[in-house]
Amino acid sequence: MSGKKIVFPYIPNSVPDVKRQMLKAVKAKHEMDLYEEIPERLRVKRRLRLPKPILDESSLRRHVEGILQRNGSGYLSFLGAGCAEHFVPAVCDEINGRGEFLTAYGAASYADHGKWQAYFEYCSLMGELLDMDILSLPLYDGGQAAATSLRMASRMTGRKEVVVPRALNPEVGLVIKNYLKPDITINEAEYDRKTGTLDLKKLRSKISSKTAAVLIENPTYLGLLEADAAEIGRMARSAGAEFIVYTDPISLGVLSPPAKYGATFACGDFQPLGLHLNTGGGQGGFIATHDDMRYISQFKEELYGITPTIEPGEYGFDDVLYNRTAYGSREKGNEYTGTANGLWAITVAVYLSLMGPKGMQDTGRTIMQMSQYAAKRLSTVKGVRLRFQGPFFKEFVLDFNRSGKSVAAINRALLKERIIGGKDLSKELPELGQSSLYCVTEMRTQADIDRLAGAMEEVL
Amino acid sequence: MGRNPKTLLRKFHEAKWDEQIILEMSVPGERGILVREAEPEVRREVGSGVSAIPPGLRRRSKPGLPEVNQARVLRHFLHLSQETLGTDVNIDIGEGTCTMKYSPKVHEQISNRNPAIRDVHPLQPTETMQGTLEIVYKLEQLLKEVSGMDRFTFQPSGGAQGVYTSAAMIRAYHESRGDTQRTEAITTMFSHPCDAAAPATAGYKIITIMPDKDGYADIEAFKGALSKRTAGIFITNPEDTGIYNPLIDEFVKAAHEVGALCHTDQANANGILGIARARDAGFDLSQFNLHKTFSVPHQSTGGSVGALGCTAELAEFLPVPQVKLAGEKYYLDYNAPRSIGKVRSFIGNVPSLVKAYAWIMQLGDEGLRQVAICSVLNNNYLMQKLQQIPGVVVRYAPGRRRLEQVRYSWEKLYEDTGVGTEDVRRRMADFGVQSYSTSHLPWIVPQPFTIEPTESFSKDDLDEYVAILTQISKEAYENPEFVKGAPYNSVVHRNSSASMDDPVNIAVTWRQFVKKGLDKRVRRSATKRS
Repeated sequence: MSGKKIVFPYIPNSVPDVKRQMLKAVKAKHEMDLYEEIPERLRVKRRLRLPKPILDESSLRRHVEGILQRNGSGYLSFLGAGCAEHFVPAVCDEINGRGEFLTAYGAASYADHGKWQAYFEYCSLMGELLDMDILSLPLYDGGQAAATSLRMASRMTGRKEVVVPRALNPEVGLVIKNYLKPDITINEAEYDRKTGTLDLKKLRSKISSKTAAVLIENPTYLGLLEADAAEIGRMARSAGAEFIVYTDPISLGVLSPPAKYGATFACGDFQPLGLHLNTGGGQGGFIATHDDMRYISQFKEELYGITPTIEPGEYGFDDVLYNRTAYGSREKGNEYTGTANGLWAITVAVYLSLMGPKGMQDTGRTIMQMSQYAAKRLSTVKGVRLRFQGPFFKEFVLDFNRSGKSVAAINRALLKERIIGGKDLSKELPELGQSSLYCVTEMRTQADIDRLAGAMEEVL
Repeated sequence: MGRNPKTLLRKFHEAKWDEQIILEMSVPGERGILVREAEPEVRREVGSGVSAIPPGLRRRSKPGLPEVNQARVLRHFLHLSQETLGTDVNIDIGEGTCTMKYSPKVHEQISNRNPAIRDVHPLQPTETMQGTLEIVYKLEQLLKEVSGMDRFTFQPSGGAQGVYTSAAMIRAYHESRGDTQRTEAITTMFSHPCDAAAPATAGYKIITIMPDKDGYADIEAFKGALSKRTAGIFITNPEDTGIYNPLIDEFVKAAHEVGALCHTDQANANGILGIARARDAGFDLSQFNLHKTFSVPHQSTGGSVGALGCTAELAEFLPVPQVKLAGEKYYLDYNAPRSIGKVRSFIGNVPSLVKAYAWIMQLGDEGLRQVAICSVLNNNYLMQKLQQIPGVVVRYAPGRRRLEQVRYSWEKLYEDTGVGTEDVRRRMADFGVQSYSTSHLPWIVPQPFTIEPTESFSKDDLDEYVAILTQISKEAYENPEFVKGAPYNSVVHRNSSASMDDPVNIAVTWRQFVKKGLDKRVRRSATKRS
């Protein structure tokens, strides 16, 4: 770049006079003298071919917002499948927007005491919701939580097979498949075509003395409540396997926590608890277990414990069993660890603190009322039926086979009405034909649902 | 009164609220928020909704969450934020290897707080995500130019996950060639722990090369470790020492000769932006941590992206979906039969991608070079000053320049005074700067500390930082016990000596703490500070 030197606001020492002074202090004549350790052959010989910079913030803003405007806006959406629009209290955004939390990192507990306490409260509040005593710092997402739970179970039992539902959420299933590849075999359990929940007979045939864990989803990917969960747990435990339940944490104000029906692991994604959709950037994984060293010693992420300080009555925080992690023991640690989702964990703590027991109950009830209303109303549309009749939480499968139209065509037509229909299941679960997974949360109103039903009537 | 102009030190005390745990703050009946109720007609139609739950799955007892009014919840978490020293509020140059830099505020407004990102579902039809996909696609083009790589994935949501993804791709590559004998991966001791742990998680046996007398990974030992069993190498350059390895292309060449693939961990590439590129040294794979080098805020360890680049040859193994462009339309391509599948749901941490894109667009070629030059300049300036502090030693390659960071040692101070790096680290919190990083384990350099000043800090900031460490060194020589008793002006005092590895003391949730009766012990057993 020729002519006037640019002083970059984010690079204070790009002020030419200051830079000169500092170069002199380090006995460098020229900027490139700083790089004398990099041999010429390894240096970039030319300038990078990057777009002309947008130097001022107002133009930058116009540029980025201009591009993002192409997304369009104002859609009424019924998408779920592992990420759903739930109510986000303003206080959640207020706290996660605080510069101290937004820009903190992995520093020790003294100067960052507040961050450590917030992490501890995240684990404590999730522990209450899940009725379990042990949680680590969060994982990347629910899929990672499920995959790590399975690996933990394999290490604990010394067994190399696991059983998971075939109709598992593919966003979770694909992560598990990749993560277990080195040495764990995945056996898939079929669902009953009539009820949509697991076929117990077929499931039983998959469980053996080689099974490290049985993982179920509750609510399932198809939205259903797995009424036989306790029985499945007994089957797993009697074979010496761990019983892992992948759950939707926002359901737990009204649904029993998995620990109550025998789960030895509860895991899932906490996005529903105070996080925006964020185009998939609001995900975060959790794993909870009982207070038992066999489990505690298998966690891969950091565990933060509360501890006394030298001042009476004062709480401090410290790392627990650090050598368990890859930070402490490199390749000998449990799997690998790294930066994942601290700020979202703090946000979950804020959300659960605001909700309290009553808020979680109320949220669960409103969701169930709205989703049941939607299922009922939409099944009255000609050509549409509710695929499975059993109880569900916030999602349900609509069967369009009798309409003679494909889900893709229906969704295209709905989009013209600025409605985003459910997730098309026709490719991933072809046995369901033209079926679609609809999600209705506490954010959808009766008017929204009636609008969808009206549009569907038009389309079909 | 401001900073003392002579000592450059300020009188500091961090906010201390003596905050209870939120579960101790419950007042039965209080509400933090009310939840929308279903409309009367909906209720008439479906009843309570929850009656549909099978008896065995109905929650019988309320979750033991606290009942706290909204203002108090807000106040509590604001207190906790004030008891945290984020980069926004301090000269955060001590967290070496973490690349703590300024995260422009405008980026929050155009990403997380922008409805076009915040309120979009990742599975929406791509015609309603064209803007987002355009940014993701364009970010890929920018990073290709910065690294020399041919393709990128942004699915890995952390640097370590980027390394893991790379290891999974290396595994898929060898498998696709029917090459099943490759069971080992090689890394170096001064590379990040994830460079050993992530390939191990992908199934590889790990060989670790120790540093030679100059702090470089020993090339002879490295060549000796290579064989037909080597699947890949995972190496950082510069390593934690900040010393650029000038033989790096020889490492790559030697590994290629035995058929291994080469990954370089460029988590903190701050010192080499626009100066040196991974591909030019021959690497097949390389990840940038967008939350480090590319200014995405560190989010209390969150919102991270391990942007993984690879050569065209390896692109078929990238995770799905990939963002592609056909004519003028962006789309998500799931059609990749040899893909490793997924490492993370959906596309990844999209808001962070918008921030990294914005940052590069603000700086351009010249700006990125200035980032590199000023971070290296800051680092060498600081090294020169810190070396003059009694007790500080710079290990390896004396007189040679470092790039973005330096691993220092307080070994001399420890020998002279008994004050070690952990003591100094605690004392730093008394001056309003974040405690520094010591070193990843194991400590190869005794009594280590790792400083990485980045381009975000001014000469004046650096001088203040030097003044703080000078003061602590002086205190250590004059009154070592005082330093060992630190912190004094931070939020809390030094932790008691209770071992956190002893099951008796482990309490990671409030309920576990109370069940074990440890809450009572906090008050009973602590000895009052004199």
